Amino acid sequence: MRSAIEAVVLPLLALAGALLLFGVWVLLGGVSALDAWTLLFKGAFGDMFSWQNTLQRAAPLMLTALAVALPARAGLVVIGGEGALVLGALGCAALPYLWPDLSGSVGSALVLLAGALLGALWLALAGALRQWRGVNETISSLLLGYIAIALFKHVVEGPLRDPSSLNKPSTHALAESLRIGPIAADGLLADVHWGLVFGVVACLAAGVWLSFTSSGFALRVVGGNARTARLVGLPTSRLVVAACALGGACAGLAGAIEVAAVHTSANASVIAGLGYTGILVSFVARHNPWAIPPVALLFGGFAAAGSLLQRRLGLPDASVLVLQGFAFVLILAAEALRGRLFDMLWPRAPRVLRPVAAGATA
Amino acid sequence: MTGSAWFDVLLAILGGAVRVGTPFLFVSLGECITEKSGRINLGLEGVLVFSAMCGFGASYLSGSPWLGVLAAGCSGALLALLHGVLCSLPRVSDIATGIALMLLGSGLAFYLGKPLIQPQAPQIPSIALGAWSDSSQVQAALAINALFPLGVLLAVLIAWGLKNTRWGLVVRMAGDSSDAAKALGYSASGVRIAATTAGGFIAGLGGASLSLYYPGSWNEGLSSGQGLIAVALVIFARWSPVRCLWAALLFGGAGAIGPALQSVGVSGGYYLFNAMPYVLTLAILVATCSPRQALKGAPLELGVSR
Repeated sequence: MRSAIEAVVLPLLALAGALLLFGVWVLLGGVSALDAWTLLFKGAFGDMFSWQNTLQRAAPLMLTALAVALPARAGLVVIGGEGALVLGALGCAALPYLWPDLSGSVGSALVLLAGALLGALWLALAGALRQWRGVNETISSLLLGYIAIALFKHVVEGPLRDPSSLNKPSTHALAESLRIGPIAADGLLADVHWGLVFGVVACLAAGVWLSFTSSGFALRVVGGNARTARLVGLPTSRLVVAACALGGACAGLAGAIEVAAVHTSANASVIAGLGYTGILVSFVARHNPWAIPPVALLFGGFAAAGSLLQRRLGLPDASVLVLQGFAFVLILAAEALRGRLFDMLWPRAPRVLRPVAAGATA
Repeated sequence: MTGSAWFDVLLAILGGAVRVGTPFLFVSLGECITEKSGRINLGLEGVLVFSAMCGFGASYLSGSPWLGVLAAGCSGALLALLHGVLCSLPRVSDIATGIALMLLGSGLAFYLGKPLIQPQAPQIPSIALGAWSDSSQVQAALAINALFPLGVLLAVLIAWGLKNTRWGLVVRMAGDSSDAAKALGYSASGVRIAATTAGGFIAGLGGASLSLYYPGSWNEGLSSGQGLIAVALVIFARWSPVRCLWAALLFGGAGAIGPALQSVGVSGGYYLFNAMPYVLTLAILVATCSPRQALKGAPLELGVSR
């Protein structure tokens, strides 16, 4: 019970600390902290428009966070979600080149699948290199991310470039019938595309897989103690690579959805750091898929509020990045308090009852 | 291409190896010290961006590039100190902290560096080793960043210091066995914090080389993974500072292929050539790592080689 409360209270404390630090930070620049906090809240959750903006931004974050969380449960720190996302976007935009008469909902499903597949292959490579060659997966996945972005730019500005895109090189736009529309015709969800549903369902499904299936349990054993896993005969390597592939598929799907629902073609706007924010979301959610949607909502909200901070208070657009940085550092520092928070606040009874002389030296 | 065009490309790559390789050299030396003490700092990428911004700002405001270099080193040390202290808390992983520092460092740099994108700052002077030649290409290729000789000196000095001084021994001991360090009365975390901070200072000099020599301006795309490549580069150099020097030159050369080819009019595959250092890093990691045993020369307490 204590640990369950702690699992919620510690991240909340860290986030509150990050907001406080951010307030002090803008105060040093001569901007009222109170104004900054109010605008952060208003820009994220203040009215219907900002809610739409927030939900729109939270959708890809849920998927890129899964790209970190799933391998993390197998004991790997994979941070190449950005690369998988970018390749997913490329796969989605490129499939109609190979198969021009693609259309309808089957066509939509296929372009999304193409994106997910490319993302899965990309991160599975990082997992495979670690299992079979002993290459550190954090470094290799980040390098693969840079390589993926180079490939993306090469293909978008070269072979697949739409000649009519002059200032901003892009691929040909997806056919109207392949695009993904809003969830509802009117109301709050009129401007929110189906990507949100994909994100929430993927998080719920990943949580169910980890908690209630034997292969999910096996994965957690691998993550908890790889030696034990090998001793009881679990297929460690296959599980690790599968976790990476599933995570990569999620990030690739996020990229494909960004193309099919937001940008309509693959261009440089896809490379917006969504993969990197996903890392933070996953760490705040302690790699628990069920906790990812609310955390993604929060950070999607901060991102949505960024432009408001820029317009109203004249803060640089990097202020959201600073807030994220503070949050990340404090979340990790809060890890040190785990198991000690309650002891610090309310010392347990026996410690108080100890004789004074012994207690003083202890 | 004609023979003279090939010669030009070769010369440009050679000159580029030093020009592009200097930041690699400093960051990998910083990472080398950090890893020798048993800790890995992935956050040097953030340190590099942050110190490049601070160095540029200090040079712009004071008018002296050398004050800028000093400011870059100090700001790098400050950020690395944060990494060292955070990692010394119980249950805090150095890999995760490194990722956080990457985010924080670039966030702070972009935020504070916003007004620095337009102006020009006084640059670090170059040493004209090519003055004997009449060819302007040779002169351009052999004009060397004044920080580069300092880096070479530092590499030799660190190699000697780790081997022969009391401090070097303490750092290596903390990296190989924290129990041994404790038994001799040294606090392993204390040594690691000191080593990480020193490493941050050296990596900060690499940041100064980016913003004050080549490319020589401040913008948000200034560093793209150099700090990270340096981590892999240290593995490639098997934790030897002198080998870091050769590795940095090799990577600098790989990074210079794209611009060199572009200068003679080959522009196809520009992005692919620019991705060469990443591909090279990955290839080298695949070739040198082994799942069976830890790498030779690796500090025993280091997580990255296991």
